[in-house]
Amino acid sequence: MENKLRGKSAIVGTGHAGFGEAPGLTAYDIMAEAGLAALADAQLKLSDVDGLFCTMMEDSMPALMAAEYLGIRPRFVEGTMTGGSSFVNYITAATMALAAGLCDVVLIVYGSNQRSGSGKLVTASRPPPYEQIYRPRYPISAYALAAARHMHEFGTTREQLADVAVAARAWAQHNPEAFERGDLTREDVLAARMVSDPLTVRDCCLVTDGGGAIVMVRSERARDFPKPPVYVLGCAAESTHRQISQMPDFTVTAARESGARAFAAAGVSPSDIDVVELYDAFTINTVLFLEDLGFCEKGEGGAFVEGGRIAPGGGLPVNTNGGGLSCVHPGMYGIFTVIEATRQIRGDAPGLQIANVDLALAHGNGGTLSSQVTAILGSENTL
Amino acid sequence: MVLPKCNACGRFHFFPRVVCPHCYATSFTSHEVSGKGEIHTTTVVRRPPDRGGDYNVCIVELEERVRMMSRIEGVAPPDVEIGMAVIAYAGEIDGTPAVLCRPEGG
Ligand SMILES: [Zn+2]
Repeated sequence: MENKLRGKSAIVGTGHAGFGEAPGLTAYDIMAEAGLAALADAQLKLSDVDGLFCTMMEDSMPALMAAEYLGIRPRFVEGTMTGGSSFVNYITAATMALAAGLCDVVLIVYGSNQRSGSGKLVTASRPPPYEQIYRPRYPISAYALAAARHMHEFGTTREQLADVAVAARAWAQHNPEAFERGDLTREDVLAARMVSDPLTVRDCCLVTDGGGAIVMVRSERARDFPKPPVYVLGCAAESTHRQISQMPDFTVTAARESGARAFAAAGVSPSDIDVVELYDAFTINTVLFLEDLGFCEKGEGGAFVEGGRIAPGGGLPVNTNGGGLSCVHPGMYGIFTVIEATRQIRGDAPGLQIANVDLALAHGNGGTLSSQVTAILGSENTL
Repeated sequence: MVLPKCNACGRFHFFPRVVCPHCYATSFTSHEVSGKGEIHTTTVVRRPPDRGGDYNVCIVELEERVRMMSRIEGVAPPDVEIGMAVIAYAGEIDGTPAVLCRPEGG
């Protein structure tokens, strides 16, 4: 995103639905409930929506399916599929479309019933052609390969990875919306069932139902809605590969580039950020993204997350809702990083509210560490 | 084993395609390669014994500086280590052609 788009758009509504288990609902039902909740949050109606940004796991034309279901005829439709980062990625195109006057009210929306529907990740995609024969367990084996290399190069330990899961659970224990709120210790993670070395089932995100949505408008009318507007200060993306075997460096993600450009667009640096919401599909993600986004040096992510540094009361609030590891993970989690960042800035977080949040970072990951998108959101004070 | 080598920049790539991912040229020559390489990263995929047991999935880096997913044969999955010297070869898994690895000298 160019600097000239800084602060041009704002999030004026968020919504979610079907967290945890939503038996009897289709993915599109959950999508619609999340969308309606976000519109209600902004005191808008479906008939106000003229920009629809959506992708789902089950269809080849999910945005069209969503528009049909909702009974709307959007004049701007975006459905680019970059995996779980898609919904952070849409923020850039939504800002451009709003700024250009191509639409006036944007709804970014997602829903999934993967827990009730199948109990595992649903995908409409063809398996990676040069990998499937080796039967890696997707997506965990891809992240396991990255984690193993990080441990080899930097001495990162399973204990440090476990601390990521423990911190996420500690946040979730304060969040009534979170799905997993039982006690979790480092020892529990280490002793959990190994799935793809070095990652155990407790290094993995949840498999839940759930949907999320946000409503965006041009900033000039952002104060006309009931909730405090949250402004888009910067949003940037980069992708490196699709198949994990093609990842250029297994210890460095494109978050290095997406983060640097998002920070430049926003005119802020990592030390300015009050809360950090990262797509933590696996514990190694949090370590990689903290490094690549500049919160610590490359290779120091393991030590950085040790001992509660990113847990409640630690030095840096990370994944304050409990993240994909403990709050919700319905196949694609990206939109929930934006929702939690927005609520932290507005001051209505469902769990622990960090005091005086002006700047929040939401980071989406898609594919197998393939697509990285960083958004920097700010309160009115940051304009 | 045969890999495409770019006629413009001289670099190898995997998987085969019609454009060089390094310099975007479109002309290649197939080269026989030794298969010499090392394990770049590795995982053990856990599976109950009655369903076939644990198995290895790895990324091998050949001396031509290309990487691909593979499986190392002849080494117990937990004993596979990053940096291990291997020979990659054209084999098959369940009747489908696949690049497999064995320890160098093994
Ligand atoms: Zn070339």
